[in-house]
Amino acid sequence: MSAGAPPGAVPASSDAFAWLADFLDTCRRENLLVEEIAAGGLAPARLVRLDPEDWGAFARVAAGAGLRWCAVWGEHRDARIEISACLEHGGGYLLARTAVLVRTPVLPSHTPHYPAADRPERHLQDLLGVAFSDHPDTRRWVRHQAWSEQEFPLRTDFPLYGHPSDETPPDADYPFLRAHGTGVHEIPVGPVHAGIIEPGHFRFQAVGEAVLNLEERLGYTHKGIEKLAEGRDAQGLARLAARVSGDSTVAHAWAACMAMERAAGCEVPARALAVRAILAERERIANHLGDVGAICNDVGFAFAWYQFSRLRELWQRDNARVFGHRLLRGAVVPGGTAADVCAREAAELARGAVGLGDELDQLVPILEENASLQDRLVGTGVLAAGPAVHLGVLGCVARAGGIDRDVRRDTPYAPYDRLTVRVPVCTEGDVAARVRVRLEEIRVALELQGWLLDALPGGPVCRPWGVAPEGAEGLGIVEGWRGETLAYVRFGARGAVRRYYPRDPSRLNWPALEVLIGGNIVPDFPVCNKSVNGSYSGHDL
Amino acid sequence: MLRMLRKIARTGVVTEAPPDSPGPVLESVGERLCATLVRRFAGCLAIRQVDAGSCNGCELEIQALNNPFYAIERFGVHFVASPRHADLLLVTGPVSRHMEAALRATYEAMPEPRLVIAVGDCGADGGEFGVSYASCGAVANVLPVDGVIRGCPPDPMQLTLGLLEVLRKATRGQA
Repeated sequence: MSAGAPPGAVPASSDAFAWLADFLDTCRRENLLVEEIAAGGLAPARLVRLDPEDWGAFARVAAGAGLRWCAVWGEHRDARIEISACLEHGGGYLLARTAVLVRTPVLPSHTPHYPAADRPERHLQDLLGVAFSDHPDTRRWVRHQAWSEQEFPLRTDFPLYGHPSDETPPDADYPFLRAHGTGVHEIPVGPVHAGIIEPGHFRFQAVGEAVLNLEERLGYTHKGIEKLAEGRDAQGLARLAARVSGDSTVAHAWAACMAMERAAGCEVPARALAVRAILAERERIANHLGDVGAICNDVGFAFAWYQFSRLRELWQRDNARVFGHRLLRGAVVPGGTAADVCAREAAELARGAVGLGDELDQLVPILEENASLQDRLVGTGVLAAGPAVHLGVLGCVARAGGIDRDVRRDTPYAPYDRLTVRVPVCTEGDVAARVRVRLEEIRVALELQGWLLDALPGGPVCRPWGVAPEGAEGLGIVEGWRGETLAYVRFGARGAVRRYYPRDPSRLNWPALEVLIGGNIVPDFPVCNKSVNGSYSGHDL
Repeated sequence: MLRMLRKIARTGVVTEAPPDSPGPVLESVGERLCATLVRRFAGCLAIRQVDAGSCNGCELEIQALNNPFYAIERFGVHFVASPRHADLLLVTGPVSRHMEAALRATYEAMPEPRLVIAVGDCGADGGEFGVSYASCGAVANVLPVDGVIRGCPPDPMQLTLGLLEVLRKATRGQA
């Protein structure tokens, strides 16, 4: 597996912020009060503080300067609610921060300038009671009927148990967009779907079989993860993070641990970082294998489904043998990893990788040459580069539409900072391109696993976890199999977590499904949906 | 096409018990499951699976029951799209409050007699999420439950064994 070039030195991302000075100058020319302050544990991200009235104009200038919008979260602190937004450009992450009074929690919206901010801001509105004054859509989002419009679960005076009724009523009166006209009919689907998948509601307006409009209604799996995180110790938060989205247990646990480790100034042993990367690449491979099979199955190509689900099963069995868990849960812990790889296991993993590579050599040409499969995948569910950039789409969905971005390469974190990460990119943006990118990403992940196994550093895989200083905060950003996975952590007294916000890539990818399904036929929805494969749980929190 | 046939021939039948797996091998568990189904369910068990708020880990392992290694359909177990066709409701949790009504409605839509199995540590007792403003916790807090399959998530073998155990317990004493 390690036959390729040895890991080369990637140029340091010292120029990741070359744009920042100019950008801040532009802000000041626009009369915005922007002040850069010490980032502390948020580094390598940089931090600026803003007046709340400048919040919207800041987004306008940032969008004009080509910054990408990543996330927004808030925290109730005494009489104020502090809001942070994360943006990125050229591999450098910039955090913008402001605060509003709990008495008057009104803030200009980022959504007019960044459509990606639409649902995240509504999430904040429902959980913290922040009103975004010029938000184009003031409907509730994550709130259904489990708490009232006047209650805000993430406020400090809201008890974890809340004030639930004996039976939570269904969210029957959500004001969906309506389509009118001769021949337009509406198809409501979910929250309970036909297959073994997560719950969510899709409202189609169709003319004949063609989809005129799709509106998603999510939030069904909201489990109060952000509230549950409050007061946990570091190990408890890692356990929770590992359950934000079951298929991304490594990605979320790594992002959360990275945030905590940066906050606490904990240096993770080199061997642990290598093992984490092996785990992350194995998670990427397992999910891509499963999804490629499922995509083929959704257009009736059972051969590929059986073959790829077989490969996924073999891969998961290796996971169980070496790491003790088929989905690799519990392997990433604060300060390092709970699992190690001995020489015999490393050889076993390398053998498995060779085996998988050989299987793909046989299978991929079969997929590519099968006319009836390609007929269903080529030109289906096209997401053009324009809307993809507009929506801030992430991961393989973005890369299949010409967006050449990968955190492992662009904002490299250890151990990727000493590896060459190839980033496969296609331009077509259809289901076929998403399949191609995923298959190629399996190859890259196998390559990376080979290099990592060949050069495993010695030493321990975990450092004892101390107590993080009160008020310390950190930001963890990793490239999960779905794309950029972000976690923010701030500690309170006695090393207990005060705030945790995980931003799954699905949060930005779900809206893309509404766009790419347009003009396709309703029966192609399953394959379009699977090719994106958003996490409901990771989105709903 | 030839290439595909060659691949199928070369792959062969992988459906079998892993020889080195500890505990009861899948085949014998499956045969017992099959025998129970023949006696109690006319040879066929229809399952409606509902994710009532899980992290999706349990779903991945339930899906794996249909991969060629486990191929649970050969024992007479089918996953069906409609609760109207189902004998058994397989619920992963915790039950989020936002899924509570949909879960109840799914259960109500099933013909009687009907069985309910709570899957995973979250379905069993709320797991990492417990009971909160957003979560009802265990499936048993919402529906009458006939059995529990623990695990985070339970693997396909544990799921098959758990299914067998619940079916035997639930139908004990019936002709």
